[in-house]
Amino acid sequence: MGTLLEVEGLRVRFHTTEGVVHAVNGISYSMQEGETVALVGESGCGKSVSMMSILRLIPCPPGEVAEGRALFGRRDLLQLEEAELERIRGGQIGMVFQDPMTSLNPVLTIGRQITETLRAHTSSDAASARTRALELLDMVGLPAAEDRLQDYPHQFSGGMRQRAMIAMALACSPKLLIADEPTTALDVTIQAQIVELALQLRERLGMAIIWITHDLGVVAGLADRVLVMYAGYLVEEAPVHELFARPWHPYTLSLLAALPRVDRPRSSRLKPIPGSPPNLLAEAHGCPFAPRCDFVMDRCRTENPPLVQIEAGRKLACWANVETGQPR
Amino acid sequence: MSASADPLVRVEGLKKHFPIQRGVIIQRTVGHVRAVDGISFDIAPGETLGLVGESGCGKTTAGRTILGLYPPSDGEVWIEGVGVREAEGEAMRRLRRRTQMIFQDPYASLNPRWTVGSIVGEPLRVHRLRPRGSARTERVKELLALVGLSPRYVNRFPHEFSGGQRQRIGIARALASEPAFVVCDEPISALDVSIQAQIVNLLEDLQDRLGLTYLFIAHDLAMVRHLCDRVAVMYLGIMVELAARDELYENPLHPYTQALLSAVPIPDPELDRKRRRTILSGDVPSPINTPSGCRFHPRCPIAKEHCARLVPEWRQVGPGHWVACHEVEPKTLPST
Repeated sequence: MGTLLEVEGLRVRFHTTEGVVHAVNGISYSMQEGETVALVGESGCGKSVSMMSILRLIPCPPGEVAEGRALFGRRDLLQLEEAELERIRGGQIGMVFQDPMTSLNPVLTIGRQITETLRAHTSSDAASARTRALELLDMVGLPAAEDRLQDYPHQFSGGMRQRAMIAMALACSPKLLIADEPTTALDVTIQAQIVELALQLRERLGMAIIWITHDLGVVAGLADRVLVMYAGYLVEEAPVHELFARPWHPYTLSLLAALPRVDRPRSSRLKPIPGSPPNLLAEAHGCPFAPRCDFVMDRCRTENPPLVQIEAGRKLACWANVETGQPR
Repeated sequence: MSASADPLVRVEGLKKHFPIQRGVIIQRTVGHVRAVDGISFDIAPGETLGLVGESGCGKTTAGRTILGLYPPSDGEVWIEGVGVREAEGEAMRRLRRRTQMIFQDPYASLNPRWTVGSIVGEPLRVHRLRPRGSARTERVKELLALVGLSPRYVNRFPHEFSGGQRQRIGIARALASEPAFVVCDEPISALDVSIQAQIVNLLEDLQDRLGLTYLFIAHDLAMVRHLCDRVAVMYLGIMVELAARDELYENPLHPYTQALLSAVPIPDPELDRKRRRTILSGDVPSPINTPSGCRFHPRCPIAKEHCARLVPEWRQVGPGHWVACHEVEPKTLPST
């Protein structure tokens, strides 16, 4: 398998009336073809912005991609002409967003919205686009697809809208699917349906998936590899089994400790992470997690640890070793 | 919880139907949304009862109807022995003081133009608990300290606070009138994981210190297992199962409860991928035209022919374990 996407030193800022928001602070990662990567973090940690900015889907201004490269194949997405990028968005890279109600156009039929993608990216005529749309709806498990093409988004339930969104994203058989919190607005039984669908489609179509989420439970069942973000930095990167079995970053560790388990009786009080995430208006001095960290040392307050490889496939940005409590 | 103590809250056959009206000048009722359609349960003093279910199952309406914020369409609610339907005048004022609510959205449930002091002080004024200015301010500061906020925040406005801090303000307001019973309507759903645990621990501490009784409405089944003593599961306006916490999670009897629990992801890749899942097909039907017989039968993996015809009885099948399903065999109840 080859490398599909390689992001290097991505830095995104927003110029607001209150000052400069440092949303993404120089993150680097790569993705292999066919791989499923979860990008995990809490609200405002920059997980969505880091993906949307490489497709130039953030409003500029106030947004600004200050630095970085995003190599997709041999081309840098950040340097492409708008017209070239348009061919990639919805073509080789498909996207599914969090809220299926606001990301579908309420005044166009579902059929029209799917065929629009096809006609923009392929040379198909109306009839063949319609046939393909039916095929897609069937593939994402929308029964009676023939009638459904005439429906408007408001006639669909939340789960059906998300299926329709996935059908649109897959219309041109993308190599990469970016799913931004696709199940956050859904109930747990519907979330299970959508996750199951994603697993089936990945098997069948072999595309790579970036799943942006705050839900570590969903990540456990879905991802091959996990990237953990905090305050605009990547703080840990690991294969999914290792991340859950041996979390290395104090933030990852605390997040897992703060979660109650549905499959186990209550054992003790929850262990919350004290304080709240940092204000991104100020540029961090030292490690951004230091004020909330159990393992904090003097060095953490002055020097921000870089993300470095510790083992094959495992990267960490932390001065401490959480297994020994000693400096690394 | 022992059955010997008098329940603090008793709900019997509670229904709340909202009329659907058509027409501009001559309005007529063309149907009803049967949001809550006959639920019965007790809550013991000091207990936390979890009420879970998916969006639109009627759990929020149930919470509001219990407090009398919506007049019930049928059924009765007693809180501290007082019938919520009949209460008037002084009895109603007392009831309002002794029952409070914590809301889901800490952004929408605080008036942005009021200071923290006036938000938390309002119940003190309304219920004439601290009528005078300086005594009220002192009490507000006490309440802020109680929920883990600095008393210096009295003169600040809601927008100056984070989501978790705002939720603490909402909790302080709820506690101002010294309630016995608090309905927590999804109080942590809008918060980040790292903050959720802070608020849940605060709710537990306050319960220990003040002897509060909670109805905890939520869709996060893991958090409900952590926090609640007993758990009730709602589906389309009715209760399908009610049991002690670990009994419900270890031994769910209703097929809906089983499917709901199996759909919750576990933050452990080994376990999560080995687990057997019951994935329900389709969506929750409309509460306007509820399915005949058992409401769950169109999606039920074990539905039989009679499930579409007969409404299952709400019955006790084990000690404190209630379920509404034709296909559940009663366990032998221990003779008392």
